[in-house]
Amino acid sequence: MRDVLLAQRKDLLLQWRGRAQLVAIFAFGAATLLLFSFAIGPDSLALRQHAAGFLWLGLLLASTLSLAESFERETEEQALEGLLLLPASARALYYGKAIANCAQLALLGVALVPVMVVLYDAGTTRLVPLAGVILLGTAGLSAPGTLYAAMTAQTRARQTLLPLLLFPLVVPVLLAAVKATSLLILGDPMGQLRPWASLLAAFAVVHWALGGLLFARVVED
Amino acid sequence: MPAASQSRVPILLVAAGAALLCVGSYWGLAKAPGEVFMGDVQRIMYVHVPTAWNAMLALTFSFVCAISFLFTESWKWDNRLEAAMEMGVVLSLLLCTQGAIWAKPTWGVWWDWDPRLTTTAVMVFAFGGILALRAFVDDPMKRAVWSSVACIVAFADVPIVYFSVRWWNSLHQAQSTPETVSKAFHWPLRINAFGILFVWTGLVALRARVAWLRLRSEIAPPLPQHAAADARAARSA
Repeated sequence: MRDVLLAQRKDLLLQWRGRAQLVAIFAFGAATLLLFSFAIGPDSLALRQHAAGFLWLGLLLASTLSLAESFERETEEQALEGLLLLPASARALYYGKAIANCAQLALLGVALVPVMVVLYDAGTTRLVPLAGVILLGTAGLSAPGTLYAAMTAQTRARQTLLPLLLFPLVVPVLLAAVKATSLLILGDPMGQLRPWASLLAAFAVVHWALGGLLFARVVED
Repeated sequence: MPAASQSRVPILLVAAGAALLCVGSYWGLAKAPGEVFMGDVQRIMYVHVPTAWNAMLALTFSFVCAISFLFTESWKWDNRLEAAMEMGVVLSLLLCTQGAIWAKPTWGVWWDWDPRLTTTAVMVFAFGGILALRAFVDDPMKRAVWSSVACIVAFADVPIVYFSVRWWNSLHQAQSTPETVSKAFHWPLRINAFGILFVWTGLVALRARVAWLRLRSEIAPPLPQHAAADARAARSA
C-alpha cells in the first residue's frame, strides 16, 4: 500500500511539474467540445440533448493523449527498467500510475464541465453526483488505459495503437457515462441513474482487478 | 515443428467442412421449407447462425490459447492464438455482413444498435486492434505476452459490452437455438455448423503452422551461408 502511494505521488509530482502538458490537453478537450457543436449546428435544444455525449467523447479523445504521455516518460532513457529494479512490486507501480492517471483525467473532466455548460447550455445543480459519475467513468478509462499504454509506449506506431486498442474496450464506460451524465443534465424522472452508475462501478472493478493481475507480465518480460 | 506439422489432417478437415457446407446449404436453400413470415430471406439463417456459434467458439479458443501461453510460455499456444484470433475476427466480420444483408429486407435498415450486433462489431475492433498490436511488435516474446494479455482483457470485456448495450437499446430477435426453431430447420443448421467448425479448425491448424515458420526464422534466423545457399537453390529452381 505504501508503495502504491509512493508510486502515485511520483506520477502526480511529474504531472504537476509538467503543467504545460496538462493545460495543452485541457485545451485539446475544450477544442473538441467546440468542434462537436459544428456537427450539430446552432440548434440549442439539440446541443443540450447531446451535451453529455460530447463531454465524454472529448474526455475520451483527450485521455489517449494523457495516458500515452504517462508512459512515454518511462520509456525515455529506460526509466521503467529502473523502476522495476526498485524493491516494489510491479502491481504497486501499476496501481500508483493508474490512480495518478485517474486523478488527472477526473480533473480534466471536471474542468471540461464549465466549457460544456457555456457552449451547450447544459447545466445541472446536482454537482456531487456529476463528480461521482466523472470519477467512476475516468476510473474505468484509466485502468485499461494504463495497461495498454504500458504496451503501446514501447511499440512503433504508438499514437495509433493506443486508441485502436482502448476505444472498443471502453464502449461500456462511454455508454454508461453518457447516459448517467445525460440523466443529470436533462432530468431523471424514472430514477435510472443508479443502474448506470453501478455499471460504471462494475466495469471499473473488473478492469482494476485484471490490470493489477496482468501488468507484471506486460512490463517484466 | 515436429513431423506432425506435415500432417494432412488440417487439409482433410477443410475439405470435409467444405463438403458439409455444400450439403447443408443445398438442404437449406432447396429442400427445407420457407419460413412463414420472412419467406426465403430467412434462409440466410443457415449460414448466419452457424457463423455466430463458430465466431464465438473461435474467439473463446483464442482466449484459452492466451491463458495457456501465459501459464506454459510454450510457443505453440502463441501460434494458435494468432491463428484463432484472425479466424475469430474474420468470422465476426462475416457475421456482421450476413446480418446486414438479412436486416435490410427484414428490418428495413442495414444496421441496428442491437446488443448482439453492436457487441459483434465491438469484438471485431477489439480483436482486430490486438492483431494490429502484433504487427507492430518485433520482439517475439513481447508480442506473445502482450497479445495474450490484451486477448484476456478483451474477452473479459465482451459480457460487459453485451449487457451495457442491452440496457441501452434492444431490437434483435431472441437467439436461435434448436428449441426456438422448427424441426424442419434443424438439419441444415447442424450440418452447416459442423461444416464451418471443420473449415475453421483446419484453417487455424494451417495458419498456426505458418505462424510457427515465421517465428522460427525470428528466433533463430538462418545463418548467412545457409541463407546464401537457400537463395542460390531458389534461383536455380
